[in-house]
Order: sequence, then structure tokens, then C-alpha cells
Amino acid sequence: MRLFIATLLACTSCLLASPGLAAPARDPLESARWEDMRKLYFPGQRVVFDDRVRVTAPVTAEDSMNVPVRVDASGLPGVRKVTVFADFNPILEILRFYPQGALASLGFRVKLQQSTPIRAAAQTADGVWHVGGTWVNTAGGGCTAPSTGSASPEWQSKLGEVSGRLWLPVAEAPEASAPAQAGKGGKPGQGNEPVRLRLRIIHPMDTGLAPGIPAFFVQDLKVTEAGGKELMRIEAFEPVSENPVFTLDLPPARAAGPIVVSGRDNNGNAINARIAP
Amino acid sequence: MKKILMLALSLCALAGLAPAGVTVATALAADAGRFDYGLRPERIAENTWVVVGRREDFTTENGGNIVNTAFVATGAGVVVIDTGSSKRYGEQLLAAIASVTDEPVAMVLNTHFHPDHFLGNQAFPADRLFALPATIRGIAADGNAFAENLYRMSGDWMRGTEVVVPPNPLAPGPLRVGRHDFEVLALGGHTEADLALYDRTTGVLFASDLVFNERAPTTPHAHLGNWLSALDRLEATGAALVVPGHGPVSRDGGAIAQTRAYLGWLERTLNDAAERGLDMTEVLALPVPASIRRIALAEAEYRRSVVHLYPAAEQRALARAGQR
Ligand SMILES: [Zn+2]
Repeated sequence: MRLFIATLLACTSCLLASPGLAAPARDPLESARWEDMRKLYFPGQRVVFDDRVRVTAPVTAEDSMNVPVRVDASGLPGVRKVTVFADFNPILEILRFYPQGALASLGFRVKLQQSTPIRAAAQTADGVWHVGGTWVNTAGGGCTAPSTGSASPEWQSKLGEVSGRLWLPVAEAPEASAPAQAGKGGKPGQGNEPVRLRLRIIHPMDTGLAPGIPAFFVQDLKVTEAGGKELMRIEAFEPVSENPVFTLDLPPARAAGPIVVSGRDNNGNAINARIAP
Repeated sequence: MKKILMLALSLCALAGLAPAGVTVATALAADAGRFDYGLRPERIAENTWVVVGRREDFTTENGGNIVNTAFVATGAGVVVIDTGSSKRYGEQLLAAIASVTDEPVAMVLNTHFHPDHFLGNQAFPADRLFALPATIRGIAADGNAFAENLYRMSGDWMRGTEVVVPPNPLAPGPLRVGRHDFEVLALGGHTEADLALYDRTTGVLFASDLVFNERAPTTPHAHLGNWLSALDRLEATGAALVVPGHGPVSRDGGAIAQTRAYLGWLERTLNDAAERGLDMTEVLALPVPASIRRIALAEAEYRRSVVHLYPAAEQRALARAGQR
């Protein structure tokens, strides 16, 4: 078995070899699925493991339907796109995000079917994918259980409803304390902390894997300034938890006016909201 | 419903094999030694005993003996408060009761629908099982899923355990059994329905999981506001002795105060975090203060509670923004 893996590694490093390029490092999470994923999602592209792509999630999930995950690639310059996976989920991809005018970080919650690595691959302007991740243990079953929304008639009247709120840095809002402070231990009052945006969207996010319940999930979200300039685009997939909650960080200069959130689910239902600071 | 039927069917199939069951019986006898919870009734007041569980989470080592059960020999039969985490626990509790009183079992109460409080029901006469109506509904709806979960966490200790739904709904108010005047308190907050039993005759309050002592409260079905109100009701009884659902018996009201302090801290922490816009992963990383950390399992339970309760706190914080 070990020999076989060694051979595979040797071969793939040949395929990827190019001047100045080291052989692909061993998967730090030692997942049996990674080599296949790498070939499937990043064929012929350069992939490196990089500590600057931080994935934060609990070691043990309390609720396999709602596992909190935060991806932070803001320490890596020039991130164009981030893809988040769970190696052993029946649907591997959790979401993608494009941190256009926003910081390259996103918090959300995910459904897990079994214990699995959760990893984020951040693509920089030079085309290189930088991968970080962490392992989450769970009792599982999160992907094949029906949503609570699918069983209750109430959500239908609220489908796509957004609640959102902006938190300005301490310097601009003296009585509020900036979230970045607690998260990163930054000093208050310097005026360069990010503005935090949090959103919750009412949606069942059915995976299609529970018997008799078709896939029904938020697919696209755009977060823009009132003037139309895009701050972040999110492409979500079925494993994102019911009633998705997203945590974004925006450069302070970008959040002076209201923020517009727009999007749609896979059935074409529209999502539209305006969030004032 | 279907699942219960299937379990009942497989039981019948086993019964049909009984004549060939000699080796099975031998194996069970050996298991009985291996799966001894070592339940020791501790006399805390007249006619009143408590069986105190360990201050741990479920493991294959403790077999789910992490819960307190109790009983009162009223003179007209024994009133049993909770039946433990498995069929074996129920059987061993029944034996422990018989070791201190000759009275038969008159009433068995399930304080709430958490599995460590009712999975011993099988050992007791089914027609003597009582619970609040919402608890009966909860056990019927979720009992099997809970039992499966305990099989996963406690292993072979659970063998043969089946859910028995208590058939008798219990109403709040005075309850006289033998020489004891009880008050049934129908409360909630730890779960939708939490039954506390106050024995006016002895001054003992069986507080169920509304009170934890030197062991951090668990919150998978909690509503903190209701729970804190329930603690006020419990305190108002003026009980001399408080039997918590988990942890040692409290003689000075300290257990109620500690539970209130923990839940108050938890509620403030989650609401503050939500008002500051923290992501759930950031809330999980917040430090637990030393005064809370000295309670057994506080850090682990805090992290579990964040997952249970933060979604509601953050939703309140987000909704407030919409109203500005
Ligand atoms: Zn409980």
C-alpha cells in the first residue's frame, strides 16, 4: 500500500515538473482522496500547500448539519478565487468565493456526511493554487438528512429573505467594538480594521440526497457597493448549511454607503437586500 | 414509528430462539460482571436515596453512568426519579432500590427526554412510568435516535436497551404518595419540558437537569431565558437539599447559584459576541474565564453550547439591525 502511494506521488510529480518547481508536497492532512481531487479540480495547474490559507473549524463537530468554518487567505496577496472542499462529503465542493473588493476571508457553516478534511484552495494572480485545511471529526449524516425547512410550511413565505448587518471599525463607531479585535487581537481606534458584514438568508439548502427531496440551494450571491462595484461573489453548493450565514470582511473605505446583496437559487428564485451601515 | 416497529419485531425473533439460548445466557452472565455500574444508593434524607453518577461525558468506560437517579420509599411504594442510561442501568438501579427497601415501585418519573434519564425504563413496570406530556412526545419522537447515539458513545453497556415511552402524563401540582407530600413542578429551559419534584415532607428538591453541580450544564435543547426563570422557581421552594441532574447533592443552594452563574455567563458571552459581529469560529475561540473553567467539562460544554445557541443569538443581533 505504502509503495503504491509512493509510486503515485513520484508519477504526479513528473507530470507537474517544470523549471523551478518542487515536487508536490505530501498532503499534510494525509487524505486518501486528495490526489484524485487535485487531478480533477486542478489538472495541469500548480498546487502548493500554504499556511497562509487558514481554515478554522472545530476538531470535533457538535452538529454535522451546522459545522462552522472560516477560511482566511487574506495573508496571501492577490487572491482571485477561493474554492472550499470537504474531501469525504458526497458533494465535494462546498462553495467558491471571489474576493474582488473584499478581504479574502469568509465564514460560513457546512453539512458533513462523515469525518473529513475541509480545505480551501486560493488561486493567486499567477495562477498558482495555495491550499490549506484542517480535519473535522463528526458523527456524520449531515448531507442525507432533510432540512427542517423542507418539513415546515413557514419558510416558503420567507424564502430568500436576508437579514444583514454591518459593523464599522472602532474608530468610526466609538461605542461598538470591532470584530477584528476579538478575532485577531488588533488595536482599536487605528481606523484600518475591516468592516464586518454578516448575512443570513432563509433557505432550506436541500442537498438532493435525502430521499424524495430534490436539491434546492442558493447558488449565486453578489455583494456590491450601492454604486454597483462588486465586493465579493459567492457560488454556493448543496453542502452549505440551511439558512446560510456568511461573515465577510471589507476594507473600511468600501463600506461607507449601503451594501447590496443579490443572487438566486438553483430554481431561479431571486435574492435581493440592501444593508445600511 | 417504523423504527420502533422494526425493533419490536427483532425482539420477537430473538425470543423465538430462546430454546437454543444456553450459551447466550452464559455470555450474559459474564457480561453482567463486566458491565457493573457499581450503583450505590446514598441516603440523603428520611426514606430518600440518591445514586450519584460521574462528572464525565458518555464513554465506553463509564457506560453512561454520568447521571443522578433518586428514589423515595414513601410507605406506599417507591417513587423513582429517572431510570438511567441503559437497560442494564435500570436493572441495577432496581436491584439497588431492593437493597435498601422492601417496598414495591409505585411511580417512576422521567424528568425530561434526554436519554440518560429514561433509557433504564425497560427494567420497570411500564404502567408505572410517568412524565410531562411534552416529554412523552419527545421520547416517542426522538428516543430511538438518542439511543442510537448512546450505543455509539457507550458501546456494549447499551446492549438490549429499547426505548419505552412512559404512558402516563403527569400534571403540575401537589402529589401525595404514602407519607410524602410532593409538589410536581412543570418547568422548562434545559429542554422544552423539565420536571422537578419537591418533597415538602423532607425538604428535598429533585431538580432534574435544570441544576448541574460542579459539572457544566449541557444545552442541546436549551432556552437560556426559560432556564434562568425556572431556576427562580426552584429557588423559591426554599429546599434544604437540592439533588441536581448531574453532580453532587447540594446542601446550601450552591448548585442553583452555580448553574445560574454559568448560564448567565453563557448568555452574556453569546449575546455580546453576536452584537460585536463575531463569526461562530471566533466565538468558539473565545477564552473561558477561570471562574467558569474550574467547573468540570466547562470548556467542552461551552464549545458545544456555542453551536447549539449562537445561531439564535446572531439572528437576534441581525434582526435588530433591520429595525434600526
Ligand atoms: Zn438533560
